[in-house]
Amino acid sequence: MIKKSIPQEILFYLAVVFISLVVLFPFLWMLSSSFKTQTDIIAWPPKLIFSPTLHNYEKVFGEQDFLKYFINSTVVGGLAVGLSLVLGLPAAYSISRFTQRKLALFILLARLMPGISFLMPWYIIFSRLGLMDTYVALVLSHMLIALPIVVWIMSSYFNSIPVELEESAMVDGATRQYAFWAIILPMSGPGIITSVTLSFIFSWNNFMFSQVLSMEKTRTLPIAVYNFVSYAEVDWGGVMAAAVAIMAPAILLTMIFQKFVVKGLTMGAVKG
Amino acid sequence: MHQPSFVERHLRVIFPLPAILFIGLLMIFPILYTLALSFTSWNLTSGAPLRFVGLRNYEQILTEPRFLDAVMRTFGFTIFAVLIEAVLGTVVALILNRAFIGKSLAKLLLLLPLVATPVAVGIVFNLFYDPTIGLANFALSSLGLPQGLWISNAASVIPSLIVVDVWQWTPMITLIVLAGLAGLSEEPFEAARVDGATQWQVLRYVTIPMVMPTILTAVILRLIDALKTFDIIFAMTGGGPGYASETLNIMGFKYSFEYFRMGQASVILIALFFFVLLCSLGIMKLRASSEN
Repeated sequence: MIKKSIPQEILFYLAVVFISLVVLFPFLWMLSSSFKTQTDIIAWPPKLIFSPTLHNYEKVFGEQDFLKYFINSTVVGGLAVGLSLVLGLPAAYSISRFTQRKLALFILLARLMPGISFLMPWYIIFSRLGLMDTYVALVLSHMLIALPIVVWIMSSYFNSIPVELEESAMVDGATRQYAFWAIILPMSGPGIITSVTLSFIFSWNNFMFSQVLSMEKTRTLPIAVYNFVSYAEVDWGGVMAAAVAIMAPAILLTMIFQKFVVKGLTMGAVKG
Repeated sequence: MHQPSFVERHLRVIFPLPAILFIGLLMIFPILYTLALSFTSWNLTSGAPLRFVGLRNYEQILTEPRFLDAVMRTFGFTIFAVLIEAVLGTVVALILNRAFIGKSLAKLLLLLPLVATPVAVGIVFNLFYDPTIGLANFALSSLGLPQGLWISNAASVIPSLIVVDVWQWTPMITLIVLAGLAGLSEEPFEAARVDGATQWQVLRYVTIPMVMPTILTAVILRLIDALKTFDIIFAMTGGGPGYASETLNIMGFKYSFEYFRMGQASVILIALFFFVLLCSLGIMKLRASSEN
């Protein structure tokens, strides 16, 4: 390593602090505003020192049916991710072991294409089938978010597992599908954690699909937060508390699975 | 070795089949349905039956100034946002590409904008941009500058939205480039140093050319996503004021779910689809050429 001079080091750490502050700033402002009274929020100049209140959180969790939307978001995300694993793991295995590159691209298309070009026909079809505002419609739509992530991450994860493992089992008389089930899957924990975390977060954050396909019964959190803004435009404290509540689970997951999330987000690009 | 059964002989078809059927049913079929709808006149609210109208929707939409503006706006937003993100993201990655105290914390911080719910991010920036109580104007006035209207003004709404996109997605480029830098072999750097290259020369002639493929892939990924930007625009401005921040995605959404003019909406969706497909083909070409 090249020795750095002290002024250079100071400059470097100043840069790091500056970058961190720019990234953190909106979160900090959101968090502090969520503990402010309405009077403190509209104070000019903006107040840095104030006496914090939990009033906004009480209001959001108390009056807004937030728990129901929270459960809806969790159920939709959980089911979509679970079913995507069921469809995606065998597909990813097949792509990896039989080098089905065209198939990989086909599934990747679902991640790249604009969601609205399927959403409009879904709206018509789901209305006809009486599936609007049901978990079925929402889970199906969110699976289109989760499945490409699962397949993309898992196929390159399977690539990193040596083929010899299942080949030796097959020499001993096991079928390939049994080897996949009994040997490969139990070794795939890290890959599965990466794909589950990422696809759950993207389902959790999804706005457009849920905005169109859900109504009162199956409404998810992002829609609830959005609606809260439209009819409570001036209640900034409540809105900020709602924003904190919706971001907290995704941020918590990211902190717990930091390494996996970084890997999942960057792998597609770095491989090339 | 045992005799392979039917299932085992056809595993390469059976294993991916459910996923293929699912994507066919939920993506390919709807896209074809949209294509078919684009040749019909169908207003869901009027109750009038669907009618075949040939290319009339295309004639109407493709010559409509609102549509042409939306196309230009979509590309303007995308190109400026991604260009800024690419430059800033790479610079930050080059700064952070060394061992330092708190590196893993810094990387965690960089992840946060990427996983933050976009609708909520939009709402937070709405407070930031609020002309009377927002910090943006407070910052301007403490610097003695005239205050702005930010997202409430047709001239400044797109740049203000670009700032939000840059805040949220620059870290994506940074993390990808950091990962790319970490994967580079040491040899060219040592060779350059032995040859007496300055730090700047190493950066200019060794580091940047070597991570360029990674940067390019990251940029195309961002281009595709930026073309489709929906959540922050919808949550912050809904395409307004007037149509001043209406991109193709927002316009398509309004034609579909506010006006329920499904035929015309289809033309808009196909246009967006087409642009995204062009960018996607770009990424696939790039990937194929780097694999060979």
